[in-house]
Amino acid sequence: CNDLDLEPYNEVTSLQVYEDFSNYKSVLAKIYGGLALSGQQGPAGRGDIGGQDEGASTYLRALWKLQQLPTDEAIIGWNDEGLPTLNTMTWSSDNGFIAAMYYRIFYQITLANEYIRELSDENLTARGIAGGDRDQAVLFRNEARFLRALSYYHALDLYGNVPFVTEENPVGSFFPSQIERGDLFSYIEGELLEIIPQLVAPRQNEYARADQAAAMMLLAKLYLNAEVYAGENRYTDAITYLGQVIDAGFSLEPNYEHLFFADNDLSGEIIFPIAFDLVNTTSFGGTTFLVNAAVGGSMNREDFGIPGGWQGLRARPQLVDLFPTTDGATDSRGRFHTDGQQKEIENIGQFTDGYGVIKFRNVTRQGVRPPGPVNDQVSVDFPMFRLADAFLMYAEAVLRGGSGGSQQAALAYINQLRERAYGDASGNISQAELTLDFILDERARELKWEAQRRTDLIRFGRFSGGAYLWQWKGGDVSGASTPAYRDLYPLPAADLTANPTLTQNQGY
Amino acid sequence: QNRTVTGQVTDADSGEELPFVNVLIKGSSTGTTTDIDGTYSIEVPSSEATLLFSFIGFQPQEVVVGNRSIVDVSLQGALKQLDEVVVVGYGTQRKADITGSVGSVTREDFNVGQVTNAEQLITGKVAGVQITPNGGRPGSGGRIRIRGGSSLNATNDPLIVIDGVPLDNSGVSGTSNPLNFLNPNDIEAMDILKDASATAIYGSRASNGVILITTKKGKKGQPTRVSVSTLASVSQPTRLINVLDAEQFREAAMTHTTPQQQALMGDANTDWQREIYQNALAFDNNVSVSGAIRDMPFRVSAGYLHQDGILKTDNIERTTAGLSLSPSLFGDQLKVNLNLKGVHTKSRFADQGAIGAAVVFDPTQPVYDPEGIGGYWEWRNANGTPQTLAPRNPLGLLEQRDDLGEVQRSIGNLQLDYAIPFVTGLKANLNLGYDISQSSGRTYIPSTAAAGINEGGSIAVYEQYKQNLLSDFYFSYAGNFERYGRLDATLGYSFQDFLVKNPTFDRLNEAGDVLTPAGVETRPQNRLISYFGRVNYSLSDKYLLTATVRYDGSSRFSPETRWGVFPSLAAAWRISEEDILKDNTTLTDLKLRLGYGVTGQQDIGSFFPFLPRYTLSDDAARYRFGETYYTMLRPEGYDRNIKWEETVTYNAGLDFELFDGRGYGSLDYYFKRTNDLLAVIPVPAGTNLTNLLFTNVGNIENRGLEASFTYNIVRTPSFSWNLGANFTYNRNTIISLSNVEEDAVGILVGGISGGTGNTVQVHTVGFQPSSFFVWQQVYDQTGAPVENLYVDRNGDGIINEQDLFRDGFPDARYFFGINSKMKYKQWDLGFVLRGNLGAKAYNNVASANGAYQNLRFPDYLANMHASVLNTNFQTQRLRSNYYLEDASFLRMENISLGYNFGSLNQKGYTLQVNATVQNAFVITNYQGVDPEIPGGIDNNFYPLPRIVSLGLNLGF
Repeated sequence: CNDLDLEPYNEVTSLQVYEDFSNYKSVLAKIYGGLALSGQQGPAGRGDIGGQDEGASTYLRALWKLQQLPTDEAIIGWNDEGLPTLNTMTWSSDNGFIAAMYYRIFYQITLANEYIRELSDENLTARGIAGGDRDQAVLFRNEARFLRALSYYHALDLYGNVPFVTEENPVGSFFPSQIERGDLFSYIEGELLEIIPQLVAPRQNEYARADQAAAMMLLAKLYLNAEVYAGENRYTDAITYLGQVIDAGFSLEPNYEHLFFADNDLSGEIIFPIAFDLVNTTSFGGTTFLVNAAVGGSMNREDFGIPGGWQGLRARPQLVDLFPTTDGATDSRGRFHTDGQQKEIENIGQFTDGYGVIKFRNVTRQGVRPPGPVNDQVSVDFPMFRLADAFLMYAEAVLRGGSGGSQQAALAYINQLRERAYGDASGNISQAELTLDFILDERARELKWEAQRRTDLIRFGRFSGGAYLWQWKGGDVSGASTPAYRDLYPLPAADLTANPTLTQNQGY
Repeated sequence: QNRTVTGQVTDADSGEELPFVNVLIKGSSTGTTTDIDGTYSIEVPSSEATLLFSFIGFQPQEVVVGNRSIVDVSLQGALKQLDEVVVVGYGTQRKADITGSVGSVTREDFNVGQVTNAEQLITGKVAGVQITPNGGRPGSGGRIRIRGGSSLNATNDPLIVIDGVPLDNSGVSGTSNPLNFLNPNDIEAMDILKDASATAIYGSRASNGVILITTKKGKKGQPTRVSVSTLASVSQPTRLINVLDAEQFREAAMTHTTPQQQALMGDANTDWQREIYQNALAFDNNVSVSGAIRDMPFRVSAGYLHQDGILKTDNIERTTAGLSLSPSLFGDQLKVNLNLKGVHTKSRFADQGAIGAAVVFDPTQPVYDPEGIGGYWEWRNANGTPQTLAPRNPLGLLEQRDDLGEVQRSIGNLQLDYAIPFVTGLKANLNLGYDISQSSGRTYIPSTAAAGINEGGSIAVYEQYKQNLLSDFYFSYAGNFERYGRLDATLGYSFQDFLVKNPTFDRLNEAGDVLTPAGVETRPQNRLISYFGRVNYSLSDKYLLTATVRYDGSSRFSPETRWGVFPSLAAAWRISEEDILKDNTTLTDLKLRLGYGVTGQQDIGSFFPFLPRYTLSDDAARYRFGETYYTMLRPEGYDRNIKWEETVTYNAGLDFELFDGRGYGSLDYYFKRTNDLLAVIPVPAGTNLTNLLFTNVGNIENRGLEASFTYNIVRTPSFSWNLGANFTYNRNTIISLSNVEEDAVGILVGGISGGTGNTVQVHTVGFQPSSFFVWQQVYDQTGAPVENLYVDRNGDGIINEQDLFRDGFPDARYFFGINSKMKYKQWDLGFVLRGNLGAKAYNNVASANGAYQNLRFPDYLANMHASVLNTNFQTQRLRSNYYLEDASFLRMENISLGYNFGSLNQKGYTLQVNATVQNAFVITNYQGVDPEIPGGIDNNFYPLPRIVSLGLNLGF
């Protein structure tokens, strides 16, 4: 018994994992699952990243907070370290949520890099993966590249100039060099252009796996924001790919509310979801957060399919004002909970200040909670990309002067959304009413709380600065101007310490 | 035929009579004790009978009766404590020959009263050893630190060795403390190895000191004695958390809430803390028989403890059994030592969440409500279901939760010490040991309870199997080369394997539905292989030299880094043996010690940190593709180059003795530097499969001073008094934390409650680890804190995270203990006082609940900490240093009074009774429940009770 070489139990070494093709999909599931879950144990325990609260630092929850809380759409009442400064656009580089998103992004990228490296053509050949298995493996590898591009896109959008690592950089001790925002734009574009032809055709992949439409949607978002990201006008390219997405056979969900229910996997509108399930895919992030945090006060828990509420999220008055009524009677996208609530937010910590938002609900179309244990977990999938967004993006790209589309088509798409919302043509608009300002408001109405708002406001030049003020912007109850550098988040202080080759974003 | 022998026993030095001396007929159980005037009378069966006289502090004496009817005896005074034998790793040494820093506490000096855990026996007794209670739960024991911690993220617990078997320090499921299984009544002595020259023989596990526990054993030639002891005690809660009472709460609610919220108030006046605590009873019964059957010394013992906690429903039941046999065979050529211990504990764990719930539960609501949930008043939604965010009824939490844990554990070893023929002084020693435990438990919350109603009840079970196997083999040699000195040497090999099996189970509801699927079963295992050697050399009893080396291999590291060499060297000079002091009658002993050593640390929590591994997710963390949920395989972060943390220690000490042992003490200065410090640090994003990596990054330094002194102030047969004191100064400083040049804030640690992700401590280069990191509160003229106004420390005009500063630290820089023992005729009185100076504590109960925002919820009301009346804070101000307080204290650890009836009749029955008060009082300025909080963050700390006990010891 002189042996110090022990074998881990119930674990495999990286050498063993890739010898067996049946493991490939489980590793791929980890990369997809990294968008939804906090770790290897549901709903919490054995977290992927450390140093932050496990549930609060999940990918979607962190992304949602960075995209929504500093905007006119949402506010949160909790006192968690770093959260109040997101509400007021006064964060600093030691903010835990800004760090959480950043580390989540790089966790995804590192996972994908490892996977792409292990599944290289040479490795597949060396391990004797051939025939159908090989085709599958190559597809898996390309989906991993899509997921890496998605995370780099979020890095580009939120942080701009970030460390850059690819499958060429194996796990080890080194200082990744920083990439300029414009160069990162080109890298993501190149990756997407290369993999789109190699992915499965739209709507032909397994549910919750990415297909060509998902990649084209991502590419179109890149192009639509190209002026912000790279100082280039790429609206024509946006229209090209949006046209392909729109023609790919997705269909608007007839009832808007159903898009955010527990059985929204039935919908033909969602292009790329992040999937959740109250039994099998559980965490305290993702839609569990979105459903629970928005419930409090006199809101009826059963309508939301949860036993309680976390009393956190409400609407800012500026969001409420975009809708004709607060009860959704006219525009079904504008349903707020007003009973016991006041519209104005005097005290951010008080749940009853600000109207409740009725959107993500853990009930099926029959209005009941899906079967399973009764706890905070939910089965609502998050629509990362959906057809309505493609319509809005198309219209915007046309209005911004992109070619290859038409004003008529743009108007028709917008009015499809209006008709669904109003139940009839009463909310339809004319060509003259279809302006960029209208698009920005319409995006808030259609896509509120879907983690889009910050990017939209920046593209319209209304996020930082004084052009548009909303309650508590800049820390002032009536709104205050903020400096332009707030359009980018800072790199976390911890990474600047760990990697001295990095330069902080300007202003921080 | 029987005849009566009488006589008188006196002190050989002073000639005074000695009372209470045990007088026994050798080889029988017949005996008596001497009276106040030192006289005795005993019936002996024959002239061949031998009388055995023994008394604590004197050398025993055997006298053959012969044909005498009067046998007077004078006993030689106390053994010089220098001749005491101290247990060191793999052997023993005379105290006089020790070159390292070792603290010893033996049975006579142990703390008394209701002692549930072994470490409580020595609390406050040894300089440099700090034992901080983990809380007031029975059996939760204390956090042991020897000379502060030498690591940041690896363990700072000392290595504990019981009769030669090193324990694995991690806890056992179903019990609250690793030392909880050992019956303190079975312990003979505890020796604490403090500096590296003493500990280095334990190599890679010795950086935080070593505690060697020796259990009681039978002795050769000793008559068989039965000893029975029983102790009954009551634990009482002392200080409670200062929250608003019902009247104050009503007043606050009237000004700070809406009329709708005010309507939520009830008309009861409930003190929730009084509801959850109780006066708790405990009974501790022990019996032991020890002696020798022919040439085989033995000891058997059994104990039964039943102890309730002051938090209702808390309970521990412990049954222990011990057997020790130590025969010598082949004419003393082979000495055998067999020790077996078994324990069965049954615990019911109270839901400690009730402590926090009692702070915030609305005091205007009643405890019970026939229409409530499970009979308790609860915050409910309109449809009658419990509000999930609101606090639960504190008493309901306790009484509607059945959390049972059961542990069987056995530890034992067989030691064979064989004197090799033909080579004088050479011995071979084999030690085979084990420590095996099997635990199981079940937590049940009924579907009628508010905490279980949504899920339909909850049944969670767990099991654990732990096994620790040891085999040591070593040669020892002792030789006396007259004028060339004495030499003893040890050379050995050790193998130890630790295996844990953690099977997992589904959590179910009462209907049998799965609530949380079973996790992935783990079986952590690690192994240590070591070679060690030691040489002690003594010249003329004046110059002493010790050198040790250990070569350790650990399975936790990669083949390239797993072996480490840990040497030590120490020298001592017994100055009192030199001519200048030889005849000095005041300073009768003086020894200077100098030591150097390197120790390591391999207990890093992780088992394969160097290996690229993929782990499986459990069934509740799967991801959906199509209609199938896939188990996820996760690559783990790793550091191929991870290696030992190494601590270099320098120690300089002085031992002295006054008036032939009447007073004695020592003084030690130490300096420790830990290199390749293992810490969790952020890695550059994109370089590893984790954002925080456990790796070797920096240095930490540790320096201190220890002083102890004991003096026998009075020493007459009828009255004696000795007083001891120990004092420690210890300072830890982080020297560096990463390979990168940094003036950065450091690593934020010290998570607190009141929102998620908040921290209040930091590891910063140049500061004590876990320094508090806060804003400096600004106060108005009346002395009240101004809400959200802090000192702009960097003067840039704005208050932000750059104004946070390091305001003190949680680990005391100075601590001390004072103990006194007084004997007057049949009475004895003793106490132990101890205290800390220079530490701070953060009152998290006040900071998380000391704001009117607790009243912000539209559908329920939460109570507040009474500090809100002083601060008037609307919102939590978690990082205000208002909540940092000086945690210095003086605690009366125990006071005891005993009465010895002496012998009850001629048969040698002895009876002693005693009364003890533990945690009698605490003097402190700290406002929370207790100033002594491990880690310094006071958050719903289980208060330490005051324990009053009455004990009875019977011997025959």
